[in-house]
Amino acid sequence: MTRKRRRLYIVLSGMAVLAVAASLVLMSFEDSLVFFRSPSDLVEKPVPVGRNFRLGGLVEEGSVVKDGVEISFRVTDLVESVSVRYRGLVPDLFREGQGVVTEGQLTEDGTFVASSVLAKHDENYMPPEVAESLKAAGQWQPEDKK
Amino acid sequence: MAVDLHKFANPARFLRITSAIFPWAAIVTVLLLAVGLYLALFASPEDYQQGATVRIMFVHVPAAWMAMSIYVMMAISSATGLIWKHPVADLSAKAAAPIGACFTFLALVTGSLWGQPMWGTFWVWDARLTSMLILFFLYLGYMAIWGSFDDQSKAGKAAAILVLIGAINVPIIKFSVDWWNTLHQPASVATMDGPKIHSSILTPLLVMGLAYTSLFLTIFIIRVKAEILGRRLRILRLAHVED
Repeated sequence: MTRKRRRLYIVLSGMAVLAVAASLVLMSFEDSLVFFRSPSDLVEKPVPVGRNFRLGGLVEEGSVVKDGVEISFRVTDLVESVSVRYRGLVPDLFREGQGVVTEGQLTEDGTFVASSVLAKHDENYMPPEVAESLKAAGQWQPEDKK
Repeated sequence: MAVDLHKFANPARFLRITSAIFPWAAIVTVLLLAVGLYLALFASPEDYQQGATVRIMFVHVPAAWMAMSIYVMMAISSATGLIWKHPVADLSAKAAAPIGACFTFLALVTGSLWGQPMWGTFWVWDARLTSMLILFFLYLGYMAIWGSFDDQSKAGKAAAILVLIGAINVPIIKFSVDWWNTLHQPASVATMDGPKIHSSILTPLLVMGLAYTSLFLTIFIIRVKAEILGRRLRILRLAHVED
């Protein structure tokens, strides 16, 4: 019984130490574990011009301008927003009000020049009729501000 | 309570009970898979944004649930094996590992096939996808450890320690989408304010979850049985050599 007890404590304390170590590591690497930065993050911690990073948020309503293969829009987190320019194909889910993650660099004039654009899908799943009736009833909630 | 658990750990009793469950588990699996796949692929509506691509989710999401819950089950039985030396504990973790690895692989592949049309990419190194890939490697590492020791009791011990260390990854997978921003969407079913999936899409998803669970149970029973019999065979062979 005592040996079993001892083995139990060894396993439990091992797991506890491991959990503490893992959370310390994850906390210190927080900046590199986030997949993208939001426009507000950029205001808080500006990124130097010409450095590659990912910018994510919602495509601002009414901001999309298509000109041939070039597309420009604003990425917003509903507090701050950044203008983005991109040449190329955008995914099917790309539309105004939809989440988006772009990768690229800031230029001198504060525009973000993207080399890739990914659509971010939210956690809501429903048939089209339900989406329609939610909109009609004014119950439609825009996507999470993440 | 403790006494009852010891009874289950008796290999002969374990074999008797699981043999009685087995045919039922197999029948239930076939029925649930048939109903689940019909609901998922034919009877459920398309999503308002994803269209028919949403159907990949019915295969993907339950596979990811299984990948994590099988790992948790392996961690619990490995800890039981290390602490109380139950004879079936190590073997049941060993028997579950390849099934868990297959579900993880299925989740990774179907997720990737969904990502290409929806996100615009097969793969990104965000926290959810990366931690899921690590889970897959943990399964492979666990199986490799069992294969690399001649002494099966030593192998069991080393493998159990790996599973327990890797168990740290499970909460990271689950909460990666909340702790850091990721390309992967946050939880839809297990959220604080209820599921964010309409019931017409949620029902097939849950049926598929039950089908996978019962599929796991069916394959698991066959594999544990083989492990227990295999160990008896080894002991008999050793005894024969010593004679």
